[in-house]
Amino acid sequence: MSSSENSATDVINFFIDGQPVAAEPGWTILETARHHHIHIPTLCSHPAVTPWGSCRLCVVETRYGKRVQVIPSCLNPPVAELEVFTQSERVKNVRRWVLEMLLAECPASREIKKLAAAHGVTATRFAITDPEEECLRCGLCVAVCNEVVGVQALTFGSRGVKKVLETPYRVPNNACIGCGCCVSVCPTGALQKRLDTVRGDLSRRTGHGFAH
Amino acid sequence: MGKLKSVAELESLRAQVLAAPDRPVVRVCLGPGCLAQGADKVSRAFKAAIQERNILADVQPLIKETGCHGFCSQGTLVNLYPSDLFYVQVKPADVPEIVDQTLREGKVVERLLYADNGARYRSAAEVPFYKLQHKVILKNVGLIDPLDIEDALKAGAYRSLVKALTQKTTDQIIDTVTIAGLRGRGGGGFPTGFKWRKVVENARENPGPVFIVANGDEGDPGAFMDRAIMEGDPHAVLEGMAIGARAMGAEQGYLYVRAEYPFAVRTLNIAIEQARALGLLGQDILGTGFNFDVQINRGAGAFVCGEETALLASIEGRVGEPVTRPPYPVEQGLWDRPTVINNVETWANVPHIIDHGAQWYAGVGVPHSTGTKIFSLVGKVKNSGLVEVPMGITLGAIVEEIGGGVPGKERFKAVQTGGPSGGIIPYEFKELPPEDLKLDKVGLQPRGFMPMELKNLPVDFDSLAQAGSIMGSGGMIVMDDRDCVVDVARYFLRFLEEESCGKCLPCRLGLKGMQEFLNNFSQGKGAPADIDALASLGMALVDGSLCGLGRTAPNPVLTSIRYFRDEYLAHIVDHKCPAGVCRDLITYRIDADICNGCTLCAKNCPQACIAGANKEPHTIDQDACIRCGVCMDVCPVDAVVVA
Amino acid sequence: MQTARQDIDTILERYPRHPQHLINLLQDVQAEYSYISPEHLTLICDHVGVPVTQAWSVATFYKSFSLEPRGEHEIKVCLGTTCHLKGGQRLAEACERNLGVARGQTTADLRFTLDTVNCLGSCALAPVVMIDNDYLGRATIRNLKKRLDESDDGSD
Repeated sequence: MSSSENSATDVINFFIDGQPVAAEPGWTILETARHHHIHIPTLCSHPAVTPWGSCRLCVVETRYGKRVQVIPSCLNPPVAELEVFTQSERVKNVRRWVLEMLLAECPASREIKKLAAAHGVTATRFAITDPEEECLRCGLCVAVCNEVVGVQALTFGSRGVKKVLETPYRVPNNACIGCGCCVSVCPTGALQKRLDTVRGDLSRRTGHGFAH
Repeated sequence: MGKLKSVAELESLRAQVLAAPDRPVVRVCLGPGCLAQGADKVSRAFKAAIQERNILADVQPLIKETGCHGFCSQGTLVNLYPSDLFYVQVKPADVPEIVDQTLREGKVVERLLYADNGARYRSAAEVPFYKLQHKVILKNVGLIDPLDIEDALKAGAYRSLVKALTQKTTDQIIDTVTIAGLRGRGGGGFPTGFKWRKVVENARENPGPVFIVANGDEGDPGAFMDRAIMEGDPHAVLEGMAIGARAMGAEQGYLYVRAEYPFAVRTLNIAIEQARALGLLGQDILGTGFNFDVQINRGAGAFVCGEETALLASIEGRVGEPVTRPPYPVEQGLWDRPTVINNVETWANVPHIIDHGAQWYAGVGVPHSTGTKIFSLVGKVKNSGLVEVPMGITLGAIVEEIGGGVPGKERFKAVQTGGPSGGIIPYEFKELPPEDLKLDKVGLQPRGFMPMELKNLPVDFDSLAQAGSIMGSGGMIVMDDRDCVVDVARYFLRFLEEESCGKCLPCRLGLKGMQEFLNNFSQGKGAPADIDALASLGMALVDGSLCGLGRTAPNPVLTSIRYFRDEYLAHIVDHKCPAGVCRDLITYRIDADICNGCTLCAKNCPQACIAGANKEPHTIDQDACIRCGVCMDVCPVDAVVVA
Repeated sequence: MQTARQDIDTILERYPRHPQHLINLLQDVQAEYSYISPEHLTLICDHVGVPVTQAWSVATFYKSFSLEPRGEHEIKVCLGTTCHLKGGQRLAEACERNLGVARGQTTADLRFTLDTVNCLGSCALAPVVMIDNDYLGRATIRNLKKRLDESDDGSD
């Protein structure tokens, strides 16, 4: 295609909540919104890693011609003339329910309480299984350890509601170099508490293999 | 027999097979239904009886272990050739009589014929269950020996592949499939020809290998048509894939088979080996220069792998977690190369389309839903099994005429189509007040509503979608008045909760959350407003979930709320389960007039809360009863009733 | 029964050293030993070249892998839709009570492993229970109990 060279440098003009915005090629809707100071809530998005799309708080409603969809803004690039709505009823419905369920899932997390309150969700009707839980299984720690640090010291075990952050056989993993990247990207601080389950007891480790 | 080096060699082999002397054949169904009733023992009994008696030494009857004959509720099924007799409910003990009477003397064993309403039927074709069916894909299933490629060749296998290799350009193949109107049989109903075209276009822009995948990860509970095809006519799948490979320029195909189907894996492996040995798979097929081979991937037990991106991850050896689309697999699939994924039944349609032509195929069924579809008709229906019908046939015809209606005195209540992603639709239309359709507004997603008797609902992709359900892979579960929709909705949610990959929050948390609502309802708790809250949560899953599993998971709940709101209200407001299913809202009672005091219930009660003297009516201590239902199950005279 | 290294080599040799064969190898080892031991998991990882973390997530994600030894007899109670409607749940509960284990667990004497499956495709005979490779169609608590007693005797 002869236009491919042009399209690589052309900005994409579209609308977010009625406001005309421009995206650089390669930007997602979320990145464009942030560039234009339009707030879209997220928990699992981090510039250091490939978007994974697990928290679904960043969903937006889009209209393109006749096609109306609700899609995660962190994973989708805009197209010219696309209309994006960040506060539609459908979008708010998804966000409110996810946040209300998160209040029951991660009752110990102050960050989630704050975020939920900002969206008008202050109480949950769902059962709390673990009052101490903070981890929402967003996957940022797994992604940063794999993609940025390159050691794959921790992973998800099991699936569905039993999905849990762990190391093989739930013993500290020697592959861990103790760099702390996982702790730094964690949106709720959950990893701070369980770092030792990955890294092990520091006093029993020999020096080499550590970043510091 | 070595590799066939040309089309002529294939046809000469076929002629040779066809010219073999005609032998009497006993076809024993070894489908999953019959197998569960001891079909393997029946087959062994036949072989032993024939050997033992050494009858007809000159023309030994051939005992053929075939795939599913379809009429599972009457298993073990036995079809005889050339007499065309059809014996049902055959037990190993019946075999000597069949051998002596029918094979030797040519007499009919009357008591083994299928009987219904006083009529007896000699051959399968006359039986009402088969009469309305239109067998295209299932034609050879149950007819051929799936472990013998020569038997498949006799029935015409690989004829269409020859046609595709010698008489059609790759474009013409795709055009034929497109004009035929073939749509994906796995659930979505996406036009197959369109998908194939996309792969070709994407490969042209970005040269390199392309891959094709057959999705045999049939996970819907109550659905087993893919299994029947893979176990009964494996070469139809391989031939369909080979034709697709030819059209798209693929050299490697993957057949992904569900973990719970070891027989299908074995059958397919043998079929692949035999096809390779004849040079119908591999390098330079029939001397045409076309290379194509198939590899089997066994599923490892994850329903979500039916979702195409999860399936691809699983083939690549990774956790079966779906990823967002786009990019679609036709753009970036296996190892980031364009990949087409079709359901096993879809692939099995392809040889017939090439063989008979697009016009013929488009003439079967209705516009926009062409051809036939296989359904597994199960649940509270008299004749259950596998049925193949033209698209567009009414729900009533399938359930009443083929299925023979609900057994016993219960009333037909609803049909569940499409498995956990489908809907529960009532059999009889109920006029609903407009405010009951409120849930449609929650998501601003206007859904159609059928202003007609649902038993007159045509069974095709679009009509089912309008009724709020989906075709899905073809499970059709019939429910009667003893089935509770709240319980069924809860059942599907529990199934999906177990099968969810857990990646995205709406699905992982939402399936749990929706169950909390339904658990409350089933205990008589909650307020009518909770029904709307549940529907609204359902819409959050529809809009928010990452893949098809979560996006369709609320369907059973949403449709049952739409059509059976009164039943939900009965649980919540009246604290009653009209169907007598929800444990916290029912009691078990022993009818003193029927009870003969055999003491079986008392002996089996895990709570030891049934009292009564030998030969005297028994009573249940309601305070200790945990409503496990054991007493009802063990009672030989049906004296235990639910109130 | 297993001197891990020698026996597993023949299984490993079935597949080229490529990460795409991780699941195939786990399946073959599962079929051979009825579970995947830590030593075997490590050997498989070395063969296909993936970190143990990845194999761990795969082995715990898919239902057909077990990381603990399984019982001599496998009981699978079908909980497909039809079996559910026809009382599969009650059968599963009866098994739990009789064997004294929850679904997914193995009895302490390693005799029985109780599992539930979602549809065996024998819906016309619902409810269905599979004991090892044998089907029990139209299962009731009574005939199931009888069958379990039989298979227990049979192995002695």
